[in-house]
Amino acid sequence: MIRAGLIGVGKMGLSHYAILGAHPRVEVAAICDSAIYITSALRKYTGVETFRDHRKMLDSARLDCVVVATPTSTHFEVASDALERGLHVFVEKPLCLDPGQSKRLADLAAARRRANQVGYHNRFLGTFLETRRLVQAGALGEVYHINGSAFGQVVIRPQSGGTWRSKKSEGGGCLHDYASHVVDLMNFIAGPPERILGAHLRRIYSKDVEDAVYATFRYPAGASGQLETNWSDDSYRKMSTTISVFGTRGKIISDRQECRIYLRQGAEFEQYRSGWTIRYITDLQAPVAYYLRGEEYSAQIDTFVNAVEAGTAKHENSFASAFETDQVIARILTAQSGD
Amino acid sequence: MHRLLFGDNQFFGVNHMSEEKARAQAMQFKDAPSIMRVLDYAYDAGIKVFMCTTHDRVGEVADIVRENPRRYPDFEFYPCMPYAHKYANSVGEVGIIETARRFAPGGIVETLIKGAISAVTQDAEKLAQLLVDAEMKRFAGLKTPVVFLQNVVTDLLLGLKLYPMFAIFARHIGEKYGAEAGFITMNLPRLVEALEQVGMKDPIVCANVNKIGFRMPGGIDAYRELIRSGRCRAIAMSVFASGAIPPTEAIEWVCSLQGLHSIVFGASSPRNIRQTKELIEQAWGRGPVS
Repeated sequence: MIRAGLIGVGKMGLSHYAILGAHPRVEVAAICDSAIYITSALRKYTGVETFRDHRKMLDSARLDCVVVATPTSTHFEVASDALERGLHVFVEKPLCLDPGQSKRLADLAAARRRANQVGYHNRFLGTFLETRRLVQAGALGEVYHINGSAFGQVVIRPQSGGTWRSKKSEGGGCLHDYASHVVDLMNFIAGPPERILGAHLRRIYSKDVEDAVYATFRYPAGASGQLETNWSDDSYRKMSTTISVFGTRGKIISDRQECRIYLRQGAEFEQYRSGWTIRYITDLQAPVAYYLRGEEYSAQIDTFVNAVEAGTAKHENSFASAFETDQVIARILTAQSGD
Repeated sequence: MHRLLFGDNQFFGVNHMSEEKARAQAMQFKDAPSIMRVLDYAYDAGIKVFMCTTHDRVGEVADIVRENPRRYPDFEFYPCMPYAHKYANSVGEVGIIETARRFAPGGIVETLIKGAISAVTQDAEKLAQLLVDAEMKRFAGLKTPVVFLQNVVTDLLLGLKLYPMFAIFARHIGEKYGAEAGFITMNLPRLVEALEQVGMKDPIVCANVNKIGFRMPGGIDAYRELIRSGRCRAIAMSVFASGAIPPTEAIEWVCSLQGLHSIVFGASSPRNIRQTKELIEQAWGRGPVS
């Protein structure tokens, strides 16, 4: 059995806790959070060991790995502490606010040969995986444009204070919280952009952070990219992410449920004929052993557990790829026009 | 418990296969009267149960049914709580504690925070009860013989191994509302084992049951075996796998399962309601069912 620790028992922490708890080869041995009303309730019902100080947990709980789901501004410190003690580490997205720190974590994990994964769960969705496969196999010909968007309702009224997600210094805001997913997906499918041509970070309801991010990218081979994210759009029931890729032979429009492929006359590819083919999550997604909110959340933890068992630092969604995403985010901040 | 239940995903922009279709449906059912027109048809076709999330608009539907007892003498609600996105969005916005404060009145959260460790079990139980009561308010005076815990919460508690919470929910639903508890899950075999561990016999459970095994963790065979075993009263949902299986094929398969208690399905048009009901009745081969 792998002994796992959890640092940060908030929304994502609880979700990871449940998925780890359901995994047949994992025991959640310890949890850590400053909010004792949550940890003590969990201890009472499940007997899990609880901590308020993550270093004490790392030193005394005899763990193999940790899952870090604390505010982004703390990721570097917590992940370094865990890696230096020889633990495998899974960190929620984004990895760090400062890409320099992300790079140091990536180097540290590689040197120590520890599993090092970041929670960009969209990379485990069958629709996006198929999009990437087709793009990289050249099914669309030369790709000249990629569009990534995400909409949802996180901040839908003027706020006072709230959680760390509303504080820029802790990693709050639409850019780090929402747009990071889209940037990472665009990187996953098309590789990182070479330049950010322009960016607009827009406040709608928040005081300290942006609620929408619009940016234009340029890719090394000449393609353009457009990023459009808004977490203050309550016409969406939940976060809705779409990637569209345009090429000389066709295009793909993909979200978490559908992968819609259009190929031009004479551009048939494998089983895809010319014209539209729509493939659904029902046939693109591999089943998981335990389901909570989406197969991708379990699939990413399965990948992490497998890497821990294999003792490898080489797997999907490594710190190195999250570093590339953090770099793009940092460059969007530099390029922003303000509001 | 009725055998044929009418679901509500189509009313609230939930479609597991197409976001576009979900949006179109959300536009179509923009208010309670537009929902009520479809419910009227289902009711008049003999489907007396509306299995629904505790969405605000369902509250408006509940008001209509309450105000028209002669029109709806046999109308039953099977509420499914909580409407998870309301809480999930709120947790993202203001955090776990502030969310509990928002939805559970009466200073219970302060007690919970101050009470620290010794009283925490009791307080967590009390908080759960208050949250349930807040969700049940909209159904006051209506028939709610079965009250469900939504799958996001059921499966979260399952993964966290907080099995006693299932029993706490069932006890409260029974004592305060004279109703039976039901559990929606995406992990049926695992859930039934957990419910049995906390002493629940023959629980009402609702899960995806479809021919292609879509979102049936553990696999089709484990589901089939469990349903046949008689250890639970199973309700099949997502029998069409969001449209991935043709209707006749989907229903023939699900209706052939031994031991299946009920089917819940959603539809937006009178034609689809009638067609689905007839297909199920034919497949079950025992005349009209409700």
